[in-house]
Amino acid sequence: MVRIGDAPRVRRLLIGTALALTTLFLLLPLVAIFAQALMSGIDVYWQNLSNAYTLSAIGLTLLVAAITVPVNLIFGVFLAWLVTRFDFPGRRLLQTLIDIPFAVSPVVAGLVYLLLYGRNGWLGGWLDAHDIQIMFAWPGIVLVTLFVTCPFVARELIPLMQAQGSREEEAAVTLGASGWTIFRRVTLPNIRHALLYGVILTNARAVGEFGAVSVVAGAIRGQTNTLPLQVEQLYQDYNTVGAFTSASLLALLALLTLAAKAALEWRATRRETAT
Amino acid sequence: MIAQALSRSRERRVLPGFGLSLGISLTFVSLVLLLPLTSLVGQLSQLSWSQYWFLITDPRLLASYAVTLFGAGVAALFNAAFGLLMAWVLVRYEFPGKRLVDALMDLPFALPTAVAGITLATLYSSNGWIGRLLEPLGISVSYTWIGIALAMAFTSIPFVVRTVQPVLEDLPAEVDEAAMTLGASDGHAFRRVILPYLWPALVTGTGLAFVRSLGEFGAVIFIAGGKPYETEITSLMVFVKLQEYDYAGASAVASIVLATSLALLLAINLWQGRFIKRLHGGRG
Repeated sequence: MVRIGDAPRVRRLLIGTALALTTLFLLLPLVAIFAQALMSGIDVYWQNLSNAYTLSAIGLTLLVAAITVPVNLIFGVFLAWLVTRFDFPGRRLLQTLIDIPFAVSPVVAGLVYLLLYGRNGWLGGWLDAHDIQIMFAWPGIVLVTLFVTCPFVARELIPLMQAQGSREEEAAVTLGASGWTIFRRVTLPNIRHALLYGVILTNARAVGEFGAVSVVAGAIRGQTNTLPLQVEQLYQDYNTVGAFTSASLLALLALLTLAAKAALEWRATRRETAT
Repeated sequence: MIAQALSRSRERRVLPGFGLSLGISLTFVSLVLLLPLTSLVGQLSQLSWSQYWFLITDPRLLASYAVTLFGAGVAALFNAAFGLLMAWVLVRYEFPGKRLVDALMDLPFALPTAVAGITLATLYSSNGWIGRLLEPLGISVSYTWIGIALAMAFTSIPFVVRTVQPVLEDLPAEVDEAAMTLGASDGHAFRRVILPYLWPALVTGTGLAFVRSLGEFGAVIFIAGGKPYETEITSLMVFVKLQEYDYAGASAVASIVLATSLALLLAINLWQGRFIKRLHGGRG
């Protein structure tokens, strides 16, 4: 069969251009991260990694992810269940609202939290009086990260659950199954992969968020530095190798994210062709 | 009417968990999304119109709007071309390393923006791997609009590729065949047959890339350098004003950023909705 762009000359030209641009814009930066991190040798790399500030940044980053991922997972599942299984006034509005974090610049996300919880903010006086510190401390970082990552799980689940419909669940109801049983035995097996993908995306963003976090963190070294903030601070201090050492950890996580995504997609297409 | 709608929907409610999921969703949306956004409105309501106008038309800020819009425009156009090429190559051709290239397309979403920022700044600095080659040609990327557009383009690469790819996959082979048997050349057939088909997806993807570029912060600030009037982007201005404890000024700028991106996103959604309706013969 003849298809557009099948002539060998056209084909070679297009593939060649695509590969050259991909190498220049995507592969080269990726390689550069690791090259810069290892520029002064593996010993310096380990030293930079085991530095107390880096370790505490890793700890804080893991804490933030450990809180935001489960919370947004639970919220995402309930929201997706709500908007795909029930019809009620305001359903569309709710779906639009959940997209706001995607449209908002992360700096603006940080700002609105600062306005609410900061010293001069609405809740600032009350928090101050009760000696609760949210801004410039880890709870603030957790809150803005919740904000920027809340759409991911719901966005993965909603189109899938909409397409699958609720027949299977309704059948389970007539058989007398309870809500939790229906979810665990009927819904969950159907949405497993999308849910996992949503979690992976949430985690990647939670670990890597910079703009929103930098507004509310105040960057006290060893206390409110997440890994991306640590990267920035070392880079501004002209400690390029140190900055890229922390950056290489984040890049490694990005590669794992891509691999997980590719694996999930591969399984999905394999199942599709099998049926 | 609402009561009627509610009772109507209650009849159809066979599945359990409506109250629980509604409660959790509304609580979360109110606390995490709406309450903080209202605080922005609250802060702005303390300003008079003339104060607000004065804040958002500050010359340094006006310059930042121009820098941001221009950079995002260049980035979006680059991605329209690059994304279309990549989608085409990944759907139509087989070549070694294809799966790897496909996976790499998502790198900008997976890689934290600060990491992308310092990497691009290092690569394109005057002694970086690429900057070193460009310098003799008289092209400087760091601390110029080129660097800003480059960083914006990097972080928004996946949008066009991932919106065009599925549409191109669904394009029936007969369309190609018909165009080719009618004797059209490759270029002609592409422009007249394929491009109109891909157009809605291409515009949507480019629009999303543009919106993302407008708000980008982490990837841009390192390579931009933030020279007032020249390489300051608008989201950096919010940050600068916050560091000066100018909460009113920061909120005013933030309201512009927020309103622009929400309006653009709404426009993209409406455009997409119209296209889907046309596709399903008005049923959608």
